[in-house]
Amino acid sequence: MARFVIRRLLQSCVVLLGVTLVVFLLLQLVPGDPVRVALGTRFDPQTYEALRARAGLDQPLVVQYFDYLRRALTGDLGVSFRSGRPVTAIVLERLPATLSLAVTAVLFALVIALPLGIVSAMRSGSFVDHAARVFSQFGVSVPDFWMGIMGILLFAGVLGWLPPSGYVALTEDPARWASHVALPAATVGLVTASILTRFIRSSMLEVLSEDYVRTAEAKGLRTRVVVLRHVLRNALIPVVTVVAVQLASLLGGVIVIEVLFAWPGIGRLTFDAVQARDYPVLQGAVLLVAALFLLVNLLVDILYARLDPRITVK
Amino acid sequence: MSDAVLAVSGLTVTIGTRRGPARAVAGVDWSVQAGQTLALVGESGSGKSMSVLAATGLAPRAARVTGSVRLLGSDFTALPADRRRRMRGRHVGFVFQDPMTSLNPVLSVGRQVAEAGEEHLGLTRRAARTRAIELLDLVGIPSAAQRVDAYPHQFSGGMRQRVVIAMALACEPDLLIADEPTTALDVTTQAQIVELVADLQQRLGTAVVWITHDLGVVAGIADTVAVMYAGRIVEQGPVEAVFDRPGHPYTSALLAARPEPGAGGGDLVTIAGAPPSPHDLPAGCAFWPRCPVRGDARCEHELPPLVPVAGAHHVRTFYPQRPDGEGR
Repeated sequence: MARFVIRRLLQSCVVLLGVTLVVFLLLQLVPGDPVRVALGTRFDPQTYEALRARAGLDQPLVVQYFDYLRRALTGDLGVSFRSGRPVTAIVLERLPATLSLAVTAVLFALVIALPLGIVSAMRSGSFVDHAARVFSQFGVSVPDFWMGIMGILLFAGVLGWLPPSGYVALTEDPARWASHVALPAATVGLVTASILTRFIRSSMLEVLSEDYVRTAEAKGLRTRVVVLRHVLRNALIPVVTVVAVQLASLLGGVIVIEVLFAWPGIGRLTFDAVQARDYPVLQGAVLLVAALFLLVNLLVDILYARLDPRITVK
Repeated sequence: MSDAVLAVSGLTVTIGTRRGPARAVAGVDWSVQAGQTLALVGESGSGKSMSVLAATGLAPRAARVTGSVRLLGSDFTALPADRRRRMRGRHVGFVFQDPMTSLNPVLSVGRQVAEAGEEHLGLTRRAARTRAIELLDLVGIPSAAQRVDAYPHQFSGGMRQRVVIAMALACEPDLLIADEPTTALDVTTQAQIVELVADLQQRLGTAVVWITHDLGVVAGIADTVAVMYAGRIVEQGPVEAVFDRPGHPYTSALLAARPEPGAGGGDLVTIAGAPPSPHDLPAGCAFWPRCPVRGDARCEHELPPLVPVAGAHHVRTFYPQRPDGEGR
């Protein structure tokens, strides 16, 4: 197991290296001059040249890239053009907000999708099944920003139960964190729940027709035992992949939702960095997202091996 | 007949399909006594498996089952679903056709053997595990104490079928249903499994319903045999009587279609045509279109009754075969 993890971590490093190269080159293709934007109305040629030289932008591309890489290896992702603060600090301070939103949203989605998917499969063709299908269609087709706005109007405006936007750190005040995370997490989670419900249902239906389920029934086990021990465990194996893809993409930041709820996460950071042409911050954010993505994938592979004894991690 | 472990009468199974109702089983009667083996023989789709699954409450949801089923003296069909569930596994054990798919891939074999004991005998997890090792040992799994925690994919087909048999016998059931348990196995393994079941049956006094299309197996292990065709029993009786003096043209044709060892490389004997669709059963004898005897218009329009020819030997035909094999 340890060897598997180490090998996968090394592989991830290679992928990350590729990510840095792609991001670096892509940014070169983007029109616009970051130093000009940073200076704004204070522009004068001397300051401009000085700033460019300080950021290393007057060097050839190859030199710039390896310079960036060398410093990145020591944890130094450069300095924000805009605020002058180190990028590593800026990116890492956004991590808790994004992490707590993504994890809460996925948990919210699972709490809805698991029972709904299971019941839909067990009673396929029933009222519950049809209702679940309508729910899924609704969740997938309604834009999340609209759902978010409606949520704010209802729960913050009309009912006044929840704050309309903003963020409080979990470590600072768990209760206030919960009230702030509820709306954005529910908005994002609803979409994820819609996708997961359909997926869990079809995976369950597939397993329900397996011979070993009939064997379990032939043993005279209770329906609950048959479903939980024999059907669900097998049905969840492919679901894990979908949950992981969802979680990884949420970790990448849900830009619209983070902007809508003034949620200071990675998505919001990326959005601001693009607008301000703050290349170092953008690079740092993309790199962090890529790293998170790879980490989730590694965790999924380990989880797979735990769920399915036919898979060995060697 | 009073001491029958399982007796079905007038059992009919109709399955709702997109093309309308299909009658998979059209009124069958059979029974099996303690310690005895009943073989249900027939082609695929003849209703042999369906009749047993329906009798034990394992028929698919789309199936409508009518008729009477008496299991250990109680009216099984009249029992509430939960009572029926508790009889399965406890009093009836099942061995299915394909051991590659009938075991759960993510649970250890020991766990799968143990769970029936936990459910029906109230064994603790630890006691059930000890019992699972005993059972795996009983069915001939080498070093059972080590293999108990292994997963199905770590076993060969024959060994998996032994695990399934251990599972079926976990609560020492009164009846074992073996649904083509050797079909998916290679020939030498088949013989081992047949021998194993016969041996266990003798030691435990279990009644066995053995569903098969392998007449060689039937001759070796069965006491009584019921030959099914298109959802009906066409011939039934003691195995020697049916094999030595088949009364129905279909049984004769089946027996003639057995490949003869050492007979050389001639063409195998087959039965021309195909069984009728369960959506559209003929009014008369279902075998009539393929029948080599092909009696008369009566066969085409009138269903022949199941009539006794000698003792418990019954045949469903207007033209029972004579012992010399000639019709009429």
